[in-house]
Amino acid sequence: MLNQQRVRSQIPNYIVLLLLALFALTPIVILFFNSVKTTVEIGRNPIGFPEELRLDNFGDAWQQGGYAVTIRNSLIMMSATIVSSLTLAGLAAYALARLKLRGSALIAFYFLVGTSVPPQLFMVPLFIAWRQLGLINTHLGMIIIYTGLYSPFATYLLRSYMIGLPEEFMEAARIDGASNFQIFRTIILPLSWPGFMTAGLVIGLNVWNEFLFAVTFLLDPSLKPVATSLFEFQGRFSRDWGLTSAGSVIMVIPIIVLFLFLQRRFIEGLTQGGLKG
Amino acid sequence: MASTITIHPRSSTDRSQHSSQSAWGRWLFILPLLILNLIVVVVPSIFGLLLAFTDWSGYGPINFIGLKNFTALFEDPIFFKSLGNNLIWTAIFLTVPIAVGLLGAYMLSGIKRGQIFFRIVYFLPYVFASVVNTQIWRQILHPRVGIGPILAEYGISFLDFPIFGTRETALLGVAFVDGWHFWGFLVILYLSAMVAVDTELYEVARLDGATRFQQFRFVTLPSIRPTLVFTILMITIWSSLVFDYVFIMTGGGPANSSEVMGTYLYQNAFQRFDVGYAASIGVMMSLWVMLAIAGFTYLRWRGWEI
Repeated sequence: MLNQQRVRSQIPNYIVLLLLALFALTPIVILFFNSVKTTVEIGRNPIGFPEELRLDNFGDAWQQGGYAVTIRNSLIMMSATIVSSLTLAGLAAYALARLKLRGSALIAFYFLVGTSVPPQLFMVPLFIAWRQLGLINTHLGMIIIYTGLYSPFATYLLRSYMIGLPEEFMEAARIDGASNFQIFRTIILPLSWPGFMTAGLVIGLNVWNEFLFAVTFLLDPSLKPVATSLFEFQGRFSRDWGLTSAGSVIMVIPIIVLFLFLQRRFIEGLTQGGLKG
Repeated sequence: MASTITIHPRSSTDRSQHSSQSAWGRWLFILPLLILNLIVVVVPSIFGLLLAFTDWSGYGPINFIGLKNFTALFEDPIFFKSLGNNLIWTAIFLTVPIAVGLLGAYMLSGIKRGQIFFRIVYFLPYVFASVVNTQIWRQILHPRVGIGPILAEYGISFLDFPIFGTRETALLGVAFVDGWHFWGFLVILYLSAMVAVDTELYEVARLDGATRFQQFRFVTLPSIRPTLVFTILMITIWSSLVFDYVFIMTGGGPANSSEVMGTYLYQNAFQRFDVGYAASIGVMMSLWVMLAIAGFTYLRWRGWEI
């Protein structure tokens, strides 16, 4: 009886929630519908169910958009940025969380300020410096920038993870004479891999989606990541809605699959880091 | 925890540097990250500040020209247009997405079944790239192949015009698209704050005969205030930095009507090669961020629980 009453009182909640879900999902569904329509059909039927599945769009977009190259470029930058950021951030987080570092409050403050500097303030001087160093139009140049941009976030996330680890293990190792680095490698790393995984996912997603630095620093089409090359592709085929929709779908499918499998980690990482995508 | 764990260190040769390892040794852990951050963010930021007082084009000699860039900025109608647009953007994002986010989170906190489903759906647009989200809405709101002409056939004609190509609506259209991808993020933040609220408070309110809206107003809102204030600060900062969505959808046009500081700076730096002027816009953007953080710190100093 009581239970029934409770269910009935939740009906307004579900109505509102379903409407919001429709608002979030419908545009994405429309994108998927359009990715298998011809442009003529989109003109006739811009948001409805496709009349027939035209999967050729994907092959055409893959070819014309050069996805074989751009996905490779994105993967190179993602994997290298993830490895280098997690290495630097892991060490730094360990020092901040576990070693009694004098001035660690100052460093935490520095990171807070450092991460809220507008990219537009340092982007132009960075561009000029990178030009002098020959790092424009190189993946290495981008990896250095991304590592510099994202490792403070990873440090913050890993630090809060490492603070929660039980102290006893480290004490025991210290009594056995292990150095700080040995403790880091044999105890902290194995225990905090979930934190590393969350940070790695968020960094990977950010590199995959990043636009401002990629559009500024990578002008050679053979080096562009998926995001900026899709931007250029959309401009070139601006009237070919079926083709460009298929191109967008190619870009989001890996993200959707990963997100569905690891949603808890993604959501936790993105909401804790306070990074805007 | 009853389990016992024994640690076998690989070697005990470096006993000398155990817990009493020097302070310098500990700093080594954090130094690589600090140095990289200095190279990528701090040093270029200092140069960014200095360049604002020059007329540099990016090549050749650098001339210091004092405050000329700033006096020019304050006479530049396009800069004021951009600054105004950033303010409008802030006003929009501080109201609409926060309201929808609070509504979604409050409704979600009241149900048991399907919570995970809704969380996933609401968050999905947030993990999509800006290039994809802009493509989605450019098509849906397209004056020829979008929903505008279809709705017009049923007599609903308010969307039957080029939203992104009309001066009065371009900025609002772009803000709508960015907001569509953003509000789900707020739902998750507010929800995690709401589930932490003591359920007894709600029971007391119910016994007092409070309606659901009153419960929201007098129990939920005060309880999640730290999260709410935090999101207000973040949105205020992010609204000064907006770039992607405007750059991709309108490029600041038509006729600078949707120009924001981020796109105007980009234009000056990379299309007009007026690096000094661009840098002075960057300084204004940093001032905005500093003011927001200072305001936040002041409120906390005044004893607000935030």
